[in-house]
Amino acid sequence: MKFLSDKALTRLRDGAELPDLAGTRYRLLGQVARGGMGVVYAAEDETLRRRVALKVLEVPGEEGELAGRLIREARVLALLEHPGIVPVHDVGSLADGRVFYTMKFVEGQRLDQYISTVASLPDRLRVFLRICDAVAFAHARDVLHRDLKPANVMVGPFGEVLVMDWGLAKILGSANKPASEGAESGATVLQTEALSAAGDNSTETSGVTGHGTVMGTPGYMSPEQARGDVHLLDARSDIFSLGAVLRYLLKKDASASASDTRLDRSLEAVCAKATAADPAGRYPSVQELALDISRYLDGLAVGAHRESLLEKSLRFYRRYRFFILLILAYLVMRLLLLVFLKR
Amino acid sequence: MTQDNATAGGGRFPPTRWSVIEAAQSPDGAERKRALETLCAAYWKPVYKYVRLRWNRSAPDAQDLTQGFFAEMLERELLNRFDAAKSRLRTYLRICVDSFVMNEDKAARRQKRGGNVQHLALDFAGVEEELSVATLDPASLASPESLEEYFEKEWVRSLFGLAVEDLRRRCLENDRERTFHLFEAYDLEDDDQVSYERLAGHFGIAVTDVTNALAWARREFRKIALERLREICGSEDEFQREAKAAFGWEAPQ
Repeated sequence: MKFLSDKALTRLRDGAELPDLAGTRYRLLGQVARGGMGVVYAAEDETLRRRVALKVLEVPGEEGELAGRLIREARVLALLEHPGIVPVHDVGSLADGRVFYTMKFVEGQRLDQYISTVASLPDRLRVFLRICDAVAFAHARDVLHRDLKPANVMVGPFGEVLVMDWGLAKILGSANKPASEGAESGATVLQTEALSAAGDNSTETSGVTGHGTVMGTPGYMSPEQARGDVHLLDARSDIFSLGAVLRYLLKKDASASASDTRLDRSLEAVCAKATAADPAGRYPSVQELALDISRYLDGLAVGAHRESLLEKSLRFYRRYRFFILLILAYLVMRLLLLVFLKR
Repeated sequence: MTQDNATAGGGRFPPTRWSVIEAAQSPDGAERKRALETLCAAYWKPVYKYVRLRWNRSAPDAQDLTQGFFAEMLERELLNRFDAAKSRLRTYLRICVDSFVMNEDKAARRQKRGGNVQHLALDFAGVEEELSVATLDPASLASPESLEEYFEKEWVRSLFGLAVEDLRRRCLENDRERTFHLFEAYDLEDDDQVSYERLAGHFGIAVTDVTNALAWARREFRKIALERLREICGSEDEFQREAKAAFGWEAPQ
């Protein structure tokens, strides 16, 4: 048997890792990212002549848990047609037996990278509101993301915000039928075996982590998710993660002045309410969380925080500063005029 | 058992999901023997090198210990005690080797084995050559992590070596001898000057033919290596993890 040098081992590994796109309409361009489920490559769709992102499992087989999860992820994406959620184009199996799906190639930066270039707190909060929009839409379709964190949000060159990586998503009971329909309409290349490997609706309902396995990201997953209490998870679990993302955005705000810091008690209260240990203490829906952020941006009181008189006055002043200064200027002018006339 | 049988696995590929662990627990003696052959083919080189370097044993001692280890594995049905849920087979075997060497009463056991145990026909001289090529300092294997790393690397080398031999056989059977030569020249040789263009010129074919041949060979190699790997894993989960380790795929973030 031939002795394989370390160099040969490296070449064999490198050669074996690349997905075999023979027989597909895609041409490999390069690796983009690597995650727990597989590797994301940039590829060119030679039929439509556009760049796509191709997510592929590392290990072949359409029957394993990972293959099932990848196909479920594609189905979830097919179900969620929203400007804030990356659209899936195709799903199937490669010649080397690996399951893959393609999606829109998102050019831009991850939120954690993007945020360092955005100094303005209101701009950051507007990005956060767009994340909330996408998540609220998913919740309306009975889909929980379960892995919301800055690394899973992309911000495009035109300011578009996309929530990525739905590999841990859970479809709640009432969404079974649409999930199936959505997947079938999007599965243009999916083979029959792959479909059966993904399981039927009941499998989806139980969720990938239906047996209490803890999946998620520490610091961003809710306490009930960290405990593996899968049956307790609902929209409020994602709200916890959103609260953690919000806190991340606030902490990263190096431009905050002293007066901002005082007002940010409202935002701290919003974060605290969103990330309450008890789900009952959190916002009941993403819309309510987003509403509080919108109110903050509009200079209104947030529902999560009872303001003191001083805070109210300061907020009132900040909101109507222009008119207050205008009236003050007018009064000063009148006063000066009176003094001048009396002389 | 001969080395040819061991390394080639009899030239057969079992039906999917045949596992050495299940076979080792089979009531059928022939099936158990086949399991040991498969396991021996994948692990004897890493075990031998490990004993030589980790335990600093001379070549004759290490040969004896390697033979003894696999004989004991069959005698004491060590694989029956392996629990795929608790550890990887690779780690379990390494610990078994450590335990075996530590407990070895050289004189007594060698005497015992000399009479009763059938020796495996293993190419120890070839491995000695490999060891002489490697410039590894035994002192660098001091920590448990480095030991595990070394054993894993040699295990991957052994696994890939078997897969390359299978690929060579498959190419010959399918009249793709040239494909294997291309694969050998580009992926296995340490020639930094090699290129698709040079290979195309050397073999008198188009560059696209080289590209296609190498793509086919790499796909087959990958498939064969994963089939081999699946055989020596105790569970689907272990297979997934070992595939990541063998191919250098990073662990999930």
